[in-house]
Amino acid sequence: MNGTASTRPSTRWAAYAIVGTGALVMLAPFWFMFVFATHSRTEIFHLPPPVFFGNDFLANLQILTTRLPFWRNLGWSVYVALASTALTLLFCSMGGYAFAMLEFRFKKALFTLVMATMLLPSFMNMIPSFMIMDALGWIDEHRALYIPGAASAFGIFLMRQFCSTAVPRDLIEAARIDGCGEFGIYWRVVLPLLKPALGTLGLITFIASWNNFMGPLIVMRSVENYTLPLALRSLQSPVNTEWGALMAGSAIATIPLLVLFAVTSRQLIAGLTSGAVK
Amino acid sequence: MTPRRESRFRLPPAWAPYVFISPFLVLFAVFGVFPLFFSLYLAFQAWEPTSGLQAMHFVGLDNFRFALQDEWFWKSLKNTLWLAVASGVPQHLVAIPLAAFIHHSVRHLRDGVVGAYFLPYITSTVAIAILFSSLFSTDFGLINLGLNAVFGIGNIDWLNQPQFIKPAIALIIFWRYLGFNLVLYLAAMQTIPKDLYEAARIDGAGWLPQFLYITLPSLKPMIFFGVTLSVIGGLQIFEEPFILTGGRGGSDQSGMTSAVYLYRMAFDFNDFGGASAMSWILFGVVVVLTWLTNRAFKPKGADA
Repeated sequence: MNGTASTRPSTRWAAYAIVGTGALVMLAPFWFMFVFATHSRTEIFHLPPPVFFGNDFLANLQILTTRLPFWRNLGWSVYVALASTALTLLFCSMGGYAFAMLEFRFKKALFTLVMATMLLPSFMNMIPSFMIMDALGWIDEHRALYIPGAASAFGIFLMRQFCSTAVPRDLIEAARIDGCGEFGIYWRVVLPLLKPALGTLGLITFIASWNNFMGPLIVMRSVENYTLPLALRSLQSPVNTEWGALMAGSAIATIPLLVLFAVTSRQLIAGLTSGAVK
Repeated sequence: MTPRRESRFRLPPAWAPYVFISPFLVLFAVFGVFPLFFSLYLAFQAWEPTSGLQAMHFVGLDNFRFALQDEWFWKSLKNTLWLAVASGVPQHLVAIPLAAFIHHSVRHLRDGVVGAYFLPYITSTVAIAILFSSLFSTDFGLINLGLNAVFGIGNIDWLNQPQFIKPAIALIIFWRYLGFNLVLYLAAMQTIPKDLYEAARIDGAGWLPQFLYITLPSLKPMIFFGVTLSVIGGLQIFEEPFILTGGRGGSDQSGMTSAVYLYRMAFDFNDFGGASAMSWILFGVVVVLTWLTNRAFKPKGADA
């Protein structure tokens, strides 16, 4: 019980009513996304508009797959998100471990520099990163999406933070005395202890990659290589937008996130606000 | 446990830190630090990507001069500030009392309720923006239907009339970030000692004085932090206006934020030098506004 100010039942009920109504309002757009995904365009723009599921989901899917290489786009989204997650976890756990437990030159200055870039507005990178991708010949290639993101300042922050609290220095010393090599220490001692933080960073990276729009917008050129957000956006036109199909695509893009969130919401919320709440 | 692969390869301990740090560091240098210096260099060059790298030439402060005389640059900056305030301030005005309600009165389903508010923060901005562009549609959009039913207001052309596009964008951003702020304030409220409320109640203080004299003052550091994040985030708004205006800024450019204009400068108008100069001017604006927020909201006696 963390009961504090208002324990009177009337105030209690008022609070529940306000908070509950607000929550329903927050969720309403999702409801309509799924409802609209099952209706044709004419039904969506009909008075009164549909508020419950219809039968046109498959028809919408049909439109979606004729207008877009939709399954390919979905596949690229999965591929990029997984590659991005794997690379970020590997590089940031190695880097975070080094920043937390090992000594090397310019460590302090370097860490400060990395942390400073966390505050940098995303638009600062927009133009030069296009030029770098162009110079590297990575335009329209998926590695342009998952490789740069692996240098995540937030990932380093999270890993270093967790490492310095969860990995006992004595344990590393003991492993060293036992003849464990440096890489073995990282792989067999440190990494297993980092599991909770790896889970959090993995979730955050996966979701960020899944939702990434500005990155693909700048480097991806052909529809066959688009990830979902870019593909869905390309269906939008000033006239005759196929709203039902677009909603079906948006709903499919949203479902994996809803599932992830339903399973891991506590960990995810804690991770996403961890820079703020320590 | 027997040490394996002893003979083959052993990482010398002195090298280990450098080996562990270098994958991250190489990427960080190439994709994190170098672009900054490069964009600073570009800001003083005239260059169109179509004419090849050798066509780049030094033009001094021309790009900056051009930006500061550019009507659209100022317009987009004004739009951005408007949006940052109109979407940012309500987030905190709603999140703080909401957090107080939840903290003091909601026991059952608390995680579920907080999750409902937080959910928009993790979903795809593109999917959301697409959904809202249908909700905002003039004749059959649910938002107009709702307004009509409750207030009897005629149909508003949200996305095509200059005065309505910004409120529409602000509403989406408010909806998206409310839950994030709610979680910040809930976490801050957990740290307020319960004795304070206990003592206040014994003194006969009702919920409003308790909120005003205990909760709010204790939240000050978090308000400072949350508002700073909103300011920094608000000045970067890109995806919502980009999608809602079809990437062009909307009629009369009234939905064009600075980030959208930067994108257009570079990728629609091919002026990379000009866009780089603008990005540095905007960066200056972000720094100054963050500093001002810092001064205005910083709790007394706090450092950093």
